Amino acid sequence: MNKPTNKMNNVGRPSAPNITETHTDHPTFTGNKALQINEPLLFEVGSVEQTGVDIAAPRDVSANRLGGLDRDEEIGLYGLSEPQTMRHYVRLSQKNFAIDSGMYPLGSCTMKHNPRINEKIARLPGLADIHPLQPQQTVRGAIEVIENLADWLMKLTGMAAVAMSPKAGAHGELCGMMAIEAALRARGEATKRTKVLIPESAHGTNPATAVFVGYQVQTIKTRDDGTVDPATIREALSDEVAAIMLTNPNTCGLFERDIMEIADAVHEAGAYFYCDGANFNAIMGRARPGDLGVDAMHINLHKTFSTPHGGGGPGAGPVVLSEALAKFAPVPFVHRNADDNIVSLVEHKQGTQAFGRMTAFHGQMGMNTRALAYILSHGQDGIKQAAEDAVLNANYVKAKLKDVLTPSFEEQSPGFKRPAMHEALFQDDFLKDTGITTLDFAKAMIDEGFHPMTMYFPLVVHGAMLIEPTESESKDTLDQFIATMRDLAKSAQNGETERFLNAPFHAPMRRLDETLAARKPILKWTPNAD
Amino acid sequence: MRYLPHSPTDRKEMLDAIGVSSIDDLFAEIPAAVRVENGFGLPNHATELEVDRFFRKQSDKNLAASAAAFFVGGGAYRHHVPATVDHLIQRSEFLTAYTPYQPEISQGTLQTLFEFQTQVAQLYDMEVANASMYDGSTGTGEAVLMAHRATKRKKAIISGGVHPQYIEVIENLSDFGEKSVLKMPANVEVLGHAEIAQIIELLDNETSCVVVQTPNFFGELADFTALADAVHAVKALLIVVVTEVVSLGAVKAPGTMGADIVVGEGQSIGVGLNFGGPYVGLFATTKKLLRQMPGRVCGETVDADGKRGFVLTMSTREQHIRREKATSNICTNAGLCTLAFTIHMTLLGEKGLRKMAMASHNGAVILAERLSKITDVDLLTTSFFNEFTIRLNGHNANDIVNALAAQNILAGLPVSRLLPHNQSDDLLVIAVTETNSDEDFDLLETALREALS
Repeated sequence: MNKPTNKMNNVGRPSAPNITETHTDHPTFTGNKALQINEPLLFEVGSVEQTGVDIAAPRDVSANRLGGLDRDEEIGLYGLSEPQTMRHYVRLSQKNFAIDSGMYPLGSCTMKHNPRINEKIARLPGLADIHPLQPQQTVRGAIEVIENLADWLMKLTGMAAVAMSPKAGAHGELCGMMAIEAALRARGEATKRTKVLIPESAHGTNPATAVFVGYQVQTIKTRDDGTVDPATIREALSDEVAAIMLTNPNTCGLFERDIMEIADAVHEAGAYFYCDGANFNAIMGRARPGDLGVDAMHINLHKTFSTPHGGGGPGAGPVVLSEALAKFAPVPFVHRNADDNIVSLVEHKQGTQAFGRMTAFHGQMGMNTRALAYILSHGQDGIKQAAEDAVLNANYVKAKLKDVLTPSFEEQSPGFKRPAMHEALFQDDFLKDTGITTLDFAKAMIDEGFHPMTMYFPLVVHGAMLIEPTESESKDTLDQFIATMRDLAKSAQNGETERFLNAPFHAPMRRLDETLAARKPILKWTPNAD
Repeated sequence: MRYLPHSPTDRKEMLDAIGVSSIDDLFAEIPAAVRVENGFGLPNHATELEVDRFFRKQSDKNLAASAAAFFVGGGAYRHHVPATVDHLIQRSEFLTAYTPYQPEISQGTLQTLFEFQTQVAQLYDMEVANASMYDGSTGTGEAVLMAHRATKRKKAIISGGVHPQYIEVIENLSDFGEKSVLKMPANVEVLGHAEIAQIIELLDNETSCVVVQTPNFFGELADFTALADAVHAVKALLIVVVTEVVSLGAVKAPGTMGADIVVGEGQSIGVGLNFGGPYVGLFATTKKLLRQMPGRVCGETVDADGKRGFVLTMSTREQHIRREKATSNICTNAGLCTLAFTIHMTLLGEKGLRKMAMASHNGAVILAERLSKITDVDLLTTSFFNEFTIRLNGHNANDIVNALAAQNILAGLPVSRLLPHNQSDDLLVIAVTETNSDEDFDLLETALREALS
């Protein structure tokens, strides 16, 4: 018998690359680049016909009771099947930088690791699938979680009370300033005290909040070393001042070393001390704002206590309050009855001195559970260690970069040898005459796989670069970041401008035209737009 | 500690590199008198297992909606959220990203926001929407302030049908901003068109806005077209609040009725109950009022290669640029909840939303008819979507709800829970969604009949 002539292909596929050319830009038919896929808008892939859910048929009724207000016209909502939905949003997700995929040293934003046990417990049915207005006896376990977190926050800050309902940091600021205004009203001084002192280094939310509550803002200059001078505060204080809003550690990454003297001066003048708590991560476990003389401070649970930032929210901004302000805290608040030891939520201000209500329901419960999970995981010892590692990391980065970037306040203040707290501030002097801006430098960092630091903030230094590594970064990552920053700085000074001016080259998008977006706002998809 | 990567050797090497001998040197700026040396008398770190156990214990003390026959509404609704939604929002790239300040590496978040803004504008039938507010109530407060800015007037007239806690939020903001609020009584007998006639009588040249809700707190629907005309005649703005967004799959949109600002809660889509938060505030307005709108906005643009992309835009309204001149102090949006909303809305599409809306509505119609046949029960709502109010003649609604809760029936929201001084102790608001089974209906009807007998 003849053997079959067809032979199996036993040569196999090549297993070593046989490539003669390295890295040039090869256009593809689709415009995609392997894992980088251009994903159209939902409205370009879906249709009003498609759906990705199966819903049981509505029960039969003889007539609807919509009172003739039926929505007859097409809404125009586009749908996708389940697999298409999955692919659409997975592909979109792949265009995002995230703390899980790389270092995110955004100063003042505290991008720390988001533990997944937080996500798991926040989804327990008895904590997630409960209605804010179901009878309180059916949700005592949830109210106890709020109480437990409140207790930690009061003890860590050394304050008398905490308003748990504010929905975000800026909402917490608003709550704190309202408590101050309520206290002034109770003293009969609200009409006289119309000014709020705010240092120029403050977050933009501070002046915006003060105006929201009806105050005039008086901007306070910072001294050459980046901190606030108590003498300047004394000069500005009068019986027209309601409060000072001060960030500590401040936005230059420095501890306000005269904070107690400032607090005393503020109190002597009959005003209150609002502290922006965005940077509490630096001192938690080592100092209590209450001991520093603070009257109100919001805590960003999404910064300090690891609840996820989620692409811009949701946040949560509980506000701790001093003895002087405690009774003005808004509803709702947790009350534990002395007789039967049962917790409940006080929901109405009648019969209390609460100034009012910040939001419907009880605040960001889902964030409370996550923050408490983080706090319990760390415990008081871990919280202190986290603050220490955050400060260690920032100082390490500063020490390793200060000869190539320009650290702020060192030249202006001869002999300046103060440690940074949780973040290191640099300015753009080292880019002088290179033709490269802080923005260009940041975009080149993107190509190197790092999220840029906070730029052009605080406003008190030129071309600011504010680096906050947080405690979550390992020494290896920090060393790689430092080496990259050094290489970029040298490259800039050597005139290798191409690497910066047109960066990023390797991101899913090139630099975007923000001016065009603002001048001709296109804020939604419309059919036949082209 | 599992969240902290450094070894003792790392820490030592880093301190050496900094040039200090101990970590305490880095905290030397904290005044000695206030340094915390010996902790706070609080527990030390815990294992993941211990943390898990603690929260399970707390969770088990509560009655979850899924474990009950559930009819509570009042601004938060239980709808089924497909598993796909929760999976996708837990992707690292969405969950652990910050606000998209660097658009080149944030297109995932930005494109989703653009889709979200489009969906919100479509649902409300409005020209533009923002990238969300914290929730419906805070969004409503901001809407009133926006109307004051746009009209340079200070008086808001608020319908008694607006959610009572939303009104408290408006009043609180107005109180601190020295604005005036004219609050209509929350009288279930004169809501809807009867109240609209009264409001029209009250309009004057000082009125900046009228705030109404559809369906209102008691569930009643009304046509605001005539109201919108009257409001516009005095150059004021009509703000329409929608706390149950699913209603827009069945009911005429506020934009179609002439609203200038539409604001509401988006929690029903994608987000879940969460004991009240986080939720997602939806906010839309006209092109004319765009520059007065608070909150983050995402817009379309092109990159250096001419490729379409998205950025946060119109930031000259915002606090980080304008500081004390900003339209709002708002900094974050509802981020991940907007994503959940958009994904769920995409899964639904027009067809799914309409079906979900009709399943909710028809269920409510049937339940309302069944309950109204019980002696001592009067149905007070005539036109409604998925929520209606009944009077339990001679009975305290709160007591009844508590009695039924003991049988794992969460029967609804006693009006007195939110309006304790309104002589409405006998009123109960009942919500129905596509999640309610026939068995739920039977349980509620039987238990209510027994409780009232």
